[in-house]
Formats: sequence, structure tokens, C-alpha cells
Amino acid sequence: MNQKKALPFLAALLVLLAVPAHAALRVFACEPEWGALARELGGDLVDVTVATSALQDPHQIQAKPSLVARTRNADLVVCTGAELEVGWLPVLLQQSGNAKVQPGQPGNFAAADFVRKLDVPSQLDRSQGDVHAAGNPHIQTDPRRIYQVATALSVRLQQLDAANAPAYAKRLNDFSQRWQQAIRRWSLQAAPLKGVVVVSQHKSFVYMYDWLGLEEAAVLEPKPGVEATASHLQAVLASIKNSSPRMTLYAAYQDPKASEWLNKNAGVPAVKVPFTVGGTDGAKDLFGLFDDTLSRLLAVLAKP
Amino acid sequence: MPVSIVLALAAPFHAFADTHPATPSDLQGLRQEVEAMRAAYEARLQTLEQRLMAAEKVAEQALASKAAANSGPGDLAPVAAPPFVPTAPAAASPSPGGGANAFNPAISLILAGGYTRTSQDPANYRITGVQLPAGNSAGPGSRGFSLAESELSLAANIDPWLRGVATIALGSDNSVSVEEAFVQTTSLNRGLTLKAGRFYSGVGYLNPQHVHTWDFADNPLAYQAFLGGQFGDDGLQLKWLAPTDRYIELGLELGRGRGFPGSDTGRNSAGMTALTAHTGGDIGDSQNWRAGLSRLSTKANEQNVSAVNATGSLVTNAFSGNTSVWVVDGVWKWAPNGNGAKTNFKLQGEYLRSTRRGSLVYDVGNANVPDAYRAAQSGWYLQGVYQFMPRWRVGLRTERLNPGSPDFGINSASLQASDYRPKKNTLMLDYNPSEFSRVRLQFAQDRAQQGMTDNQIFLQYQMSLGAHGAHRY
Repeated sequence: MNQKKALPFLAALLVLLAVPAHAALRVFACEPEWGALARELGGDLVDVTVATSALQDPHQIQAKPSLVARTRNADLVVCTGAELEVGWLPVLLQQSGNAKVQPGQPGNFAAADFVRKLDVPSQLDRSQGDVHAAGNPHIQTDPRRIYQVATALSVRLQQLDAANAPAYAKRLNDFSQRWQQAIRRWSLQAAPLKGVVVVSQHKSFVYMYDWLGLEEAAVLEPKPGVEATASHLQAVLASIKNSSPRMTLYAAYQDPKASEWLNKNAGVPAVKVPFTVGGTDGAKDLFGLFDDTLSRLLAVLAKP
Repeated sequence: MPVSIVLALAAPFHAFADTHPATPSDLQGLRQEVEAMRAAYEARLQTLEQRLMAAEKVAEQALASKAAANSGPGDLAPVAAPPFVPTAPAAASPSPGGGANAFNPAISLILAGGYTRTSQDPANYRITGVQLPAGNSAGPGSRGFSLAESELSLAANIDPWLRGVATIALGSDNSVSVEEAFVQTTSLNRGLTLKAGRFYSGVGYLNPQHVHTWDFADNPLAYQAFLGGQFGDDGLQLKWLAPTDRYIELGLELGRGRGFPGSDTGRNSAGMTALTAHTGGDIGDSQNWRAGLSRLSTKANEQNVSAVNATGSLVTNAFSGNTSVWVVDGVWKWAPNGNGAKTNFKLQGEYLRSTRRGSLVYDVGNANVPDAYRAAQSGWYLQGVYQFMPRWRVGLRTERLNPGSPDFGINSASLQASDYRPKKNTLMLDYNPSEFSRVRLQFAQDRAQQGMTDNQIFLQYQMSLGAHGAHRY
């Protein structure tokens, strides 16, 4: 190929590379709940990829090649924030070469920034385990907080994809109505759970407890992120003698060994909770997540 | 605004609930009543809120048309105000602490140390057939108790376009060295990242990783023989990530060529160039991998290397010329459903091939015999690390070197090539009380030197203080 022919060819190639055919807004969701929310709010306007599954511990994810590649191609990164992804998301962002999704940019959305957080430590010290300075990051266990995130996320989608803003607003309106109806239904359904004493394997459910009025008598992890030890389990066993909890909750991704130990030794049934979308067969979407969670908790209460 | 409404509505509601005397059946009825009331309030609030949102959107669109697209989460705060969390205080994003220290970089400190026991004196450590850089710290290091390298790392964004990282190593001999100190772009876009300063080269798999993230106490023989342990340089690195779903990353590095296999040549042009290519992906939920091919080229001028001559004594030679090191690397990781909390496995291997061309002065300061020199040498390692239960991992590494048959020219009488193949097998067990601490026991049978078997035992700790590190794949 001579130079005269090569130049236009190269130029055309460059244009092709530089301007990818504009399609849906590409959303990279760190956790399944935000992927599901982005699909609710974006529908066909967004192309959602979810970095982790409900069977993975969101604290302990590796910055694997497939995730680096997907971060590079994203228009919007939707994560929990509150340091939940501190061990892997920064590496993805640094390696991505994608300016749009860097912290502080509109393409970087941290859900926990938009809700009031619980368990904010008054003192920061690793002797307290893997504590999060910003507070407990597991905000998705409370549908009211999901609603707050939904509102903020929709605004962000409208900002990033201004041409489709009215469509996003319409979808938010539609989602809000269905979601608030569902919250009302769940709140009524969950009335018997108010004041019920429970044990948690990890501090995964504080927001759900806050919503439903469940009372956490003990946590099986001696410190956040530290596996239960035999001595700590013995201490828990002694401490729950008087409060007589009804069940132990563990998330789908967790090894139920500690919860089952408590079941065997204290007769406190262990309940697997989906924790996020996809954690159980019933938790197919955000609505299913709470339907299934409540039905699992209520099923324990129904037993004599 | 919605907050005040919610509070106003919630206050009498709480008073009512608190003062009512209760019997169980009463309570049940009351609860239902309250729920119904709440539902009604929520419905009313919702309509209010919808109207509010609509109003806000109009305002925001007006704003957006004026302001640039760059608006942070702060702009969203009014929308984020809790719609119906009765006790929620106004919103969300906590204001960061002020003061002069508010912008301090993230600081992390690695503390490490341990105990080493070897059956051979580390001072006499050699790799048969390989000319190591003079004064190089190949081998198991010092015997007995010792502090390992402590690493102080600072990192922060510099401005909206750049980020800076410095890693200062504090040696057990009270030496201080700059391990890495670079600035890196965060805003080039199109998958491009440019780094400038001192950094570990991106060749291979292990090379860019810091010592405390290695799975064994020491680095493989091939790294010690061909990369001077770990190759870092002063220069520029440009990386490009392809816009594909498959991970494809290409890198180009230009540098001074400061360290082995290069040497400071004092010329204007670059003494080091490196090209790297890596790809990787997932196989289902449980497996992922990365593989790569890299080439490092360096120039050396009168680089002192030590060798054992034909009579068995240690001599210092000087190499001038070009070196190129090809590295093929691969890593494969497995964890059930991608959840490595309980068990996981990592298989990793690298093949290095180094070719040196130029001249070699035999026995600098004594015989001083110069002649042409060519050598092609290679080596590989393969290692597997298995976490068999939470906190506990076991690892096995096996490695070989092939020193080839270097052409020493007229020096071949003094420096005869050996057909010995150095080898080493290593077994490792580590215990990780938390993700910030690690204690490791390692046993190695090191046959790097012909006719000598060095049995090495390492007991070491590695602790991470301060900012939570984020690790590369």
C-alpha cells in the first residue's frame, strides 16, 4: 500500500477506534444489588455488568483481568462505597485508564454516600477488626435505603445520559411506585418480627434490623471480618442464655459452620439470607430479595 | 425539606406509641393501626416527594445547562435527603474532617522480620554458571534473627489529573532506599495510563509486585539470576488497555537502565526499553487467569559481575553490551464460585530467557583480559499455593536454571562453562490471622551451586499497618 492510499485508510481506522458506535450507557456494578437497581432504573438504556456474585464476599474480591477490562469500558461505576471495595476497586480504577469513572467524577457512584449509615465507629483501630471508618457498608438490607440510592442513581443516570433523561425519570417514577407499595407490604408482613432477638454471623444486617426492629443479641465473628473462633463461640453461647434468640442469620456467601454450631449447641436455627440479588433461588431481583428474606425469617417464627 | 415534614409527622406518632398502656392483644391491634397509619403517611409523603423531585429536576436542568458536566455527589445531596426514614437526620455524605492534615496521603507501613537457618554460609552463595552482579544480594540473606525490609508507602491524588506514590524501603542494615516513587495519570482516558519516576517494571508476573505480596519468602532463582532480584528503573511507562471485553494490556517502558541487567551508562538515550503484553479472563465463576509475554532490553557499560573461574576462585569481570530478557508468565486462580474465603488455589509459573551480547573483561584489576562474550541462559519456576482452610495456606515451588554454554572467546580457558543445572524446591506454610498479618514457615532445598545442597529454613512475619492496601491480581 502506498502512502497516499494508506493515510485515508489509517484515518478511517482511527475514527472507528475512537468513536465506538453509541449504544447503551455501560454500567459497571460492583455488587448484584446495584446491578439489579441499575437495570430497574435504566432498562434497555443501560448495559449492566456485575463484578461479583451473591456467593462472593464483597470484601474479598481480586482485581482480576476481566474486571479491569470491564472497568475500562464503563461509563458509570456503581458501588457500595464506605470502604467495602477498598481492597480491589482502587486497583481496577487505577489500571482502567478510564478518566470517566475515577473518584469524584460523575461516572463514579458510591451508594453509601446517599444514605445515613449505622455502626459508624467512634474510634478507628484495627484491633477492632476490619472496621469501616464510614460505617457499616451493607446498606442494601434495608429497602428504604435502596429507595434513597435509587433516587440518587436515577439523577446520576439522567446527568450522564441527558438525551434520555425523561425516560430515566419515567422509569424512576414507575420503580418508586412499585417499590413503595412493596415496602408497605413488607412492613406489614414483617410486623411479627419486631423485637425478635437474633444472632448474626457477620454484622451484615444492621440496616435490616433497623428497618424491622429486630434485636441483635450477638455476632458470631469476634471482630468484623475475623472468622469465629471456638472460644468466642463459647462466649456467645454463654451470653445468649438469657436473651434466648430465635435464629442466627448468615449471608448466602458465608460458610454456615459457625451458625450451625450454634444451632447444634443452643438450638438456635441457622437461617440463610440471600443478602443480595441472586443469593437464593427466590432472590431473582430486588423485589424477590426482600420477599425471600422475609419469608425465610417468618418461616422460623412460624415453627413452634 | 422532606425531613422536616417527616419529623413533624413522626413526633406525635412516637409520643402516642410510647405512652399507651399495653396488653398483648392491645399491642397487636395497635401495631396494625400504626402500620396502617404509617402506610397512609408514606403514601402522602410519596406524592409530596414526587412533586419535590419534579421541581428539583427542573431546577437541576437549569443548573446543568449553565454548569459544566463536572458535578460531584454534593449536587445530589438535596435529592438524597431521606424521604421516609423517620429518625434520619438530614443527609448523607459525611463532611470530611478539616484542618491542615485533611489532605495527608494514605500511609501504610509494612513491618517484616524473621529467623533464617541455612546449612551453607550465605556469604558463599553462588549460582553455578551464572554471573551475578557484584554485591548482589542473591541467596537466602543473613542467618539468624533479622529484620526484613520495612516498607513505608505514601499515596494520594495530586490533582484531578495525577496521582503520586512513594515507597521507601528501610533495610535491616539501617539503609534507606527509594523503592518506587512515581506519578501516574488518572485522566488520560482511552485506556491509557502514563507513569513517570521510579517504578518496578511491568515485565512478567512477579516483577511489579512488592515483596510483602509474594507467596514465598524469597524470589525465584531465575529472577535472582536474570533480573537482579527484581527489576526497577527510573523512566516512563505507558500502558494501554484495549477497549475489548477480554483483558488485553500493552505496555511500553523507557528508562535509564540503572540496575542489573543494565548499568548506568551516563548517556543521553534510554538505557532500558521494555515491552509487555498481557491478556486474561474468566473461565466460569470459579476460575480466572492471566498470561503474558514481555521483553526487557538493557545496555550495560563495564558492569561488574562475579564469577567463579576454572580454578574455583571468585573473580570480578566487567560486561559491556546489550542484554535482552524475554519473560513468559502465567497465573491461574481457582476458588469455588469465586469465593476464596474458605479454600482457593493459585498456580503460577514464569519462564525467563536472557541473552547477553558484548564484551567481557576477565578478572578486572588483575588479569584484565577483554574479549567478545555471548550467553543465552534460561530458567523457570512453577508454584502452587493452596488455602486449605481459612487463614492457612500451603505452597510448593519448583525451579530450574539452564546456564547454557556461554561463548567467552579467548577467556574460555579461564571461565569454562558448566553443564550443571541449578535447581531448588521450596515448601511453604503460612498462617494469616487477619488480612493484615501473616506468619510464614518455609523450607527450601537449594541446589543452585554445583555440589552443594543448602537446606534453608525461614520463619518470618509480615504485617501491614495503616491504610488498607489494594492488591494487584
